[in-house]
Amino acid sequence: MGDNNRTNYGIVNAKPIADRDAPISTTGFIGWLRENLFSSVGNSILTIIGLLFIAYTVPSILNWTLFDAVWSGGADACRENPHAACWTFAGSWWEFFLYGFYDRTQRWRIDLVLWVLYVGVAFVVVDDDVRKTRPTSTILGFFIAIVSMVFMSLMIQHGAPVMWTMAATLITVGLVIWAWGLPNGRSRLGLLLLFAYPVLVFFMLGGGVLGLSKIATSDWGGFSLTLVIAITGIVASLPIGILLALGRRSDMPVLRLVSTLFIEFWRGVPLITVLFMANFMLPLFAPEGANIDQLLRALIGVALFSSAYMAEVVRGGLQAISKGQYEGAMSLGLSYWKMMGLIVMPQALKIVIPGIVNTFIGLFKDTTLVLIIGLLDFLSSVQTASTNPDWSIRSVPYSGYIFVAFIFWLHCYGMARYSQHLEDKLNTGHKR
Amino acid sequence: MNENTQKIDSIKLEISDEVVIRIQDMNKWYGAFHVLKNINLEVNRGERIVVCGPSGSGKSTMIRCINRLEEHQEGHIYVDDIELTGNLKHIDAIRREVGMVFQHFNLFPHLTVLDNCTLAPIWVKKMSKKEAEEIGMQYLERVKIPEQALKYPGQLSGGQQQRVAIARSLCMSPKIMLFDEPTSALDPEMIKEVLDTMISLAEEGMTMICVTHEMGFAKTVANRVIFMDGGAIIEQNEPNNFFDHPQHERTKLFLSQILAH
Ligand SMILES: Nc1ncnc2c1ncn2[C@@H]1O[C@H](COP(=O)(O)OP(=O)(O)O)[C@@H](O)[C@H]1O
Ligand SMILES: [Mg+2]
Repeated sequence: MGDNNRTNYGIVNAKPIADRDAPISTTGFIGWLRENLFSSVGNSILTIIGLLFIAYTVPSILNWTLFDAVWSGGADACRENPHAACWTFAGSWWEFFLYGFYDRTQRWRIDLVLWVLYVGVAFVVVDDDVRKTRPTSTILGFFIAIVSMVFMSLMIQHGAPVMWTMAATLITVGLVIWAWGLPNGRSRLGLLLLFAYPVLVFFMLGGGVLGLSKIATSDWGGFSLTLVIAITGIVASLPIGILLALGRRSDMPVLRLVSTLFIEFWRGVPLITVLFMANFMLPLFAPEGANIDQLLRALIGVALFSSAYMAEVVRGGLQAISKGQYEGAMSLGLSYWKMMGLIVMPQALKIVIPGIVNTFIGLFKDTTLVLIIGLLDFLSSVQTASTNPDWSIRSVPYSGYIFVAFIFWLHCYGMARYSQHLEDKLNTGHKR
Repeated sequence: MNENTQKIDSIKLEISDEVVIRIQDMNKWYGAFHVLKNINLEVNRGERIVVCGPSGSGKSTMIRCINRLEEHQEGHIYVDDIELTGNLKHIDAIRREVGMVFQHFNLFPHLTVLDNCTLAPIWVKKMSKKEAEEIGMQYLERVKIPEQALKYPGQLSGGQQQRVAIARSLCMSPKIMLFDEPTSALDPEMIKEVLDTMISLAEEGMTMICVTHEMGFAKTVANRVIFMDGGAIIEQNEPNNFFDHPQHERTKLFLSQILAH
């Protein structure tokens, strides 16, 4: 035992003191309950109210959505059971929800781009260092195999020419081999997806090249249209946002003013208004006779709108970079663009990854607003289907909205998880 | 800690007649604040100059004007006969000749130590990656930390980081090195390793301008000590005379303050 007599200076504890176990009350299940749920009278009351609420609502929710729900059959099955979800509605209409009014004989073109998208994204989100270890490699392999099977069979079902099915297979396999083999394959694939993929989408969906028939954008619809808008917004907003953020922090007053005005204008206007303006006002400014495609108008609106948001997110990251980093780079003779591209941006963007992904998620959900200018996006395709007289059943609109919500949630939650993962990784990385 | 084990005889080191930095009647303002006043300075190749003076006297600002981290409003600065003006080509050319080491290292935290060293050779000098890495390793060996090459700066001690910063500058093979209080942010036990690196640079004949309060370093390495106060150069002399027979009152006051403890 230590001698704590204050007058007696010298060694206090000669021998190391061994650890003892914590008292039971602070560990284990009981300890956890006590600490988290019943730490005070108020907390205990809240816990009990919460439990009652769960007991009251959860069973009925589960019954409505799962146990009593109609999973098969047609509209009649739902009509007989109107007090539960009608999932067979989604089952009967899924092609419309996915492809809209896209030409039936050409839907394989959409299958192809979706196939490339999901395989590519799966690859990009799995880190290089865990990709080759089990069980990640197994899961990734399974995922790619299943996605490939689904979309390949869809392509065949939709009458894709053998040539194109083979091309799609080659593209996917090629991407996988390429990304798997290269040391920095993942980030290269990420960049490729970011910039080459939209081009692929526009040529595949729009046609007019390589013997593909032209399909007017007014026929595009459903979830594939939602993806087109979201991807355009995402791909355009990052580079434009970066340039705007740099402009806003530039030494040149005119550039700074223009960037600031631009950003503040788009940030201050609701997206609905932007879409309305893009739809009705762009044609007024366009040269006579030039007919700007309606989808293109919406895309321009969404891209500019999201760029302004992205610019502010990026600016936040730029502000976190110390002056010393700029000076270090300048003293080595790096030019402005090299300094920004090699030193400042990589650090700034890493800091604001959560903000960037947050903007992407917001953008993805906001695409549903295009329905007010008459585009048939995912939400609006489900709405349209639920007004079909054959399906005028009480449970159908609810089921439809829940279905839409679920699909959106799946994609947004995926993005959020990925952002969380990146954040964790960067925290344990070099910033010690 | 001011006693450096390695003593070099400053007189033996050769100083050429060639003038590499010429500052003429240079004045600088921050807004309305006159921060540098009539600076005149000529530096010959091979000189080791120590700049000292109270905090806020304009030491950093003066040496930062030499590689255009700060812009001067009046007068002329020539580095290797290239005049520093707004001309970006001139600025680039001068920054290639002049390396700089900062108080807070300013390493790039997202790059490994080796990548910190190879970045500028690859992107500014257009060297191949392989060649740049060879040179990078060579200089990391010179500052005695080749084994840290693949770590990130955040994993290194302050002294090691500062040595990486020196190696990073040297990779661009500069003719002149500027040091702005390179040891001020370091724990006492790390100061020596950085000073030793600077001494060995001096022994190789590097032209150096060092803002530092390490008077031991000034005495053994410098061939000239410059004292600044209130934005002006007040006094300069070779080290022995500077420390033993300071002439200006403010120099005496300054020396008595820093040598007091
Ligand atoms: N960016 C700046 N803007 C305005 N004043 C500055 C700036 N940088 C330095 N100063 C002022 O200029 C003076 C000289 O600064 P500095 O050269 O850093 O001094 P030293 O390095 O000798 O301590 C100080 O009074 C400081 O407050
Ligand atoms: Mg200073």
